[in-house]
Amino acid sequence: MVIVGAGEAGTAAAVALRECGWRGPVILIGNEVMLPYERPPLSKAILVEEMNPGPKLLVTPERLAELAIDYLQGRNVEWIDRAAHTVTLSDGAQLAYERLLLTTGARPRKLSVPVAPESRIATLRTYADALAIRQIIRRGCEVVVIGGGFIGLEVAASAVSRGASVTVVEAGPRLLTRAVPAPVAELIRAKHERAGVRIESGAMVEGIDAHEGRSKVVLADGRTHLADLVLVGIGVVPNVELAQAAGLAVDNGIALDETLTTSDPHVFAAGDCCSFPHRLYGARMRLEAWRNAWQQGAAAAANMLGANRPYENVPWFWSDQYDETLQIAGLCREENVPVARNLGAKGHLFFYLAADGRLVAACAFGSLGAIAKEIRLAEIMIVRGLAPKAEALANPAVNIKSLLI
Amino acid sequence: MAACALDALESEETLRFDHEGRTFVITRSPEGDYFAIDGHCSHEKVHLADGVVDGYIIECPKHFGTFDYRTGESQAPPACIDLRSYEVKVEGNTVFIKI
Repeated sequence: MVIVGAGEAGTAAAVALRECGWRGPVILIGNEVMLPYERPPLSKAILVEEMNPGPKLLVTPERLAELAIDYLQGRNVEWIDRAAHTVTLSDGAQLAYERLLLTTGARPRKLSVPVAPESRIATLRTYADALAIRQIIRRGCEVVVIGGGFIGLEVAASAVSRGASVTVVEAGPRLLTRAVPAPVAELIRAKHERAGVRIESGAMVEGIDAHEGRSKVVLADGRTHLADLVLVGIGVVPNVELAQAAGLAVDNGIALDETLTTSDPHVFAAGDCCSFPHRLYGARMRLEAWRNAWQQGAAAAANMLGANRPYENVPWFWSDQYDETLQIAGLCREENVPVARNLGAKGHLFFYLAADGRLVAACAFGSLGAIAKEIRLAEIMIVRGLAPKAEALANPAVNIKSLLI
Repeated sequence: MAACALDALESEETLRFDHEGRTFVITRSPEGDYFAIDGHCSHEKVHLADGVVDGYIIECPKHFGTFDYRTGESQAPPACIDLRSYEVKVEGNTVFIKI
């Protein structure tokens, strides 16, 4: 069993292969020179913690040894020969596989406007990226974040809490357009503005110049922002090139069937790099989310060993913003009917019902204690295809758990 | 240490209990028995009292690590370190935990 990519999905798969009883070789190949680590803290704890911002490891060396997982670090896979069942590494080594798992992840999308080479722009994907950003953000420095998505907003929150002056420039009409319903995005915007972050929606970036050792962000309306750091968080691009070169089908990510199998029955994929059809939503989707990565990695591992189980987990996202948490279960579409539930001062919760009355999504922002149980219970209702009454969902006196029956 | 009243919880409900800088989660089982384990998940400092209980399993509200709340044993990643469990006894209408 060979796994290409040692992020959340690949590492979860390696461990799951052992838990499923596979006794043959497990080779996990990572392109960074360090042990597999968690990415969520990169935009949060790693940027703000006073002391020792070490990586939070997914697995210890002892655990890798105990599970007999052969971890090859700092290596790229250059080529897959599907006929010969081999992969070729950057150092020329060839490895044979019985089943191959691609967990190649995604990379930050680059700006499509002119960028002066000496300007200071950064993206955030790796631990090294996070350390570089951490070096720059400090009291009094100016940070411009391009893109009002999760990464941009989490870095904005971290930077402003370390005393930086932060401006978020978003091309769309509001924040978090892809992932979060408008009323919740509005709560998050208000939270950032109270913390002192300036948010400019509908602001198109025309280019980035260098100016006396700093970067100058030029907007389409002619205004400019000087910055010590420009953080570009405008989404990610799935790493499909290796799969593509091997002739595997690609459709907004490495294209899988519902059992996470590629167009080659010996090759599987999981995590940010792949798209798969989801039974609950009747659509092909690609998820860029921490929980999906590890759950899908583990599910793919079971299917590599012949379990042949469709992957039907409900999409689930989370983001920390200051002392509050956003959680979303399911996928919400424009046409879904929102039902607000009053959580008092501690948070805001919205359920989304499809035309047939089924619960399809729930989205909440507030203190973890106020929202987490409700979102988890909503997720269970979504999985079961339940159609709870809107009046019951809206009534804070009704225990959500009582609606599960 | 007196932790709560016997009727403080319904089955499969949780309660946070703090004592001298330590924190615990008290859970009532489907049979109505009380159990106590460390309050914070062993993966990150997140309080389990905010998590969902299903049968004998309590789930971290943030990252979904799970524990058997009767023993503190971790059941699912990302949590992989067991939590300590504490002896519980009921006297009269009060639930006591031995810390």
